[in-house]
Amino acid sequence: MLTFISRRFAQSLLTLFVMALLVFAGVYAIGNPVDILISPQADQAEIARATAALGLDQPLWWQFWRFLAQAVSGDLGKSFVSNVPAIHLILERMPATFELALAATLIAVLAGIPLGLWAGLRPESFAGKSIMAGSILGFSLPTFWVGVLLIMVFSVWLGWLPPTGRGETVQVFGIAVSLFTADGLRHLVMPAFNLALFELALLIRLTRSGAREALTQDYVRFALAKGLSMRRVVVVHVLKNIMIPIVTVVGLEFGSVIAFAIVTETIFAWPGMGKLLIDSINTLDRPVIVAYLMIVVFLFILINLAVDVLYSLLDPRVRVTGAGT
Amino acid sequence: MNAQEQTPALRFAREFSANRLALAGAAMLVLILLAALTAPLISPQNPYDLAQLDILDSKLAPGAPGATGIMHWLGTDDQGRDMLSAIFYGLRISLLVAALATLAALAIGMAVGLAAAYAGGALDALIMRIVDIQLSFPSILIALVLLAVTGQGVDKIVIALIAVQWAYYARTVRSVALVEKRKEYVDAALCLGYSTPRIVLRHILPNCLPPMIVVAMVQVAHAITLEATLSFLGLGAPITSPSLGLLIANGFTHLLSGKYWISFFPGIALLITLVSINLVGDHVRDVLNPRFK
Repeated sequence: MLTFISRRFAQSLLTLFVMALLVFAGVYAIGNPVDILISPQADQAEIARATAALGLDQPLWWQFWRFLAQAVSGDLGKSFVSNVPAIHLILERMPATFELALAATLIAVLAGIPLGLWAGLRPESFAGKSIMAGSILGFSLPTFWVGVLLIMVFSVWLGWLPPTGRGETVQVFGIAVSLFTADGLRHLVMPAFNLALFELALLIRLTRSGAREALTQDYVRFALAKGLSMRRVVVVHVLKNIMIPIVTVVGLEFGSVIAFAIVTETIFAWPGMGKLLIDSINTLDRPVIVAYLMIVVFLFILINLAVDVLYSLLDPRVRVTGAGT
Repeated sequence: MNAQEQTPALRFAREFSANRLALAGAAMLVLILLAALTAPLISPQNPYDLAQLDILDSKLAPGAPGATGIMHWLGTDDQGRDMLSAIFYGLRISLLVAALATLAALAIGMAVGLAAAYAGGALDALIMRIVDIQLSFPSILIALVLLAVTGQGVDKIVIALIAVQWAYYARTVRSVALVEKRKEYVDAALCLGYSTPRIVLRHILPNCLPPMIVVAMVQVAHAITLEATLSFLGLGAPITSPSLGLLIANGFTHLLSGKYWISFFPGIALLITLVSINLVGDHVRDVLNPRFK
């Protein structure tokens, strides 16, 4: 067990190192940020001074080494544009993104599981077929266009919801949260729903196929024969059995939700780290791009590692095959 | 009818056309492809020829006649560009990018996957490790990073889409090829003394194709969506050759002033394209997969 975890941990570290190398090489190998930061009238001496100040005159491998050494101590460089540590900019924006991602996941779970159950228990009914048609639409519709439609209908035509921004926030343990104010919630609804759409469709399908499969199992037939009501069989027995894949998918999808928040945040001008990334790409603010990617990569590796370790605890077979490779 | 007289293609065509929805999707897809191919012929105007644009026509509502005498059925954008024409031209870019990227990714992925399956051992382990790592990150993130590095351009976005997609094909073809490799016809070919390239390319490869076609159809839809999303974020197609995604992005800035049509109709075109591909793809999968019969 310990060998498996330490092996997986070593693999994660290796992945992190390789990703750091790729991200760094890619982002730092292009263009010259000095061109953007210094006015065209600047003379050679000024350009040289700025280049040296940013450490861009050093060889690339040395820049990478310095980057790694500093990254380990939590320093991912200063933003070229605002001259603030990049990691501060990201951490400042992180709560907004997490709030959005959590709200989206919550919507997907709270709506997706009941809808999926309904469609799985009554697959031939009108409601069941409509739910499935809706979930196919949820897969086909490009997320960003749904966001555009939402703004068009609810902000422009009906005027019910604000199209952009985060609204009023309150401080909870020093973190700005918009979940507890009416204005904040009004701002949150559309982006959260937009971000939830894909996962919602996914959860509907997953729950439906799980429920349909479970209904043919002996334990359901036995429970019904014992005289339990259908409601109790579904809620207590079926749901418990199909929860394992659902929890896994929700866990793994959380990373994707954070990544897709880039799109949703850009549409709704939600001040999260995804919008920060797009803004930084447009201004070639490399340290911020690198910091964002490193944090997200780290998050992904952490999630994958956690899921793998949980699996090995739940299912010993994973350990055996994992040790074999 | 005698089942033995049918060729596989004929049988496939008959089974496919039994589903009306899929048939409708296929018909729609043909129309879309025709519209994209013949865009310069059927468009009311060339939306990127500045001589044909009139600034007086800017932001006309759908169904309004323009100063140049053209009826703008879907309205015009802020440059006075006919939206219907812009959509036809945008379809060309979107479909071209997705098709190029999918074909190239399919070729690369199949070559890598077949090599991994047939060689086995360390090469297989290495390739699959790379595939696993790549697939553990969402495709949009990888494409975004690549475009942030390489910059805008149709060629750049094709490369980004190839880089994102090849791993799916490699993994699928490997798993199929591993099964095919153990079948008797491969043993027979080995006994006949055929060379490895011949066995892999002439015998195993054709048998791996049906599932790959299904994966490719689903992936084309993904590629179109991804390209549109990246272009919407301003990182994909350049302003000189806007795809549907960029058209939607351009219209988005005018959405809040109530000029919905500039981004609404390109989105509808995108949606119809994606739904028809998915309808056809789903049904092709059902027909090709014996488990669903």
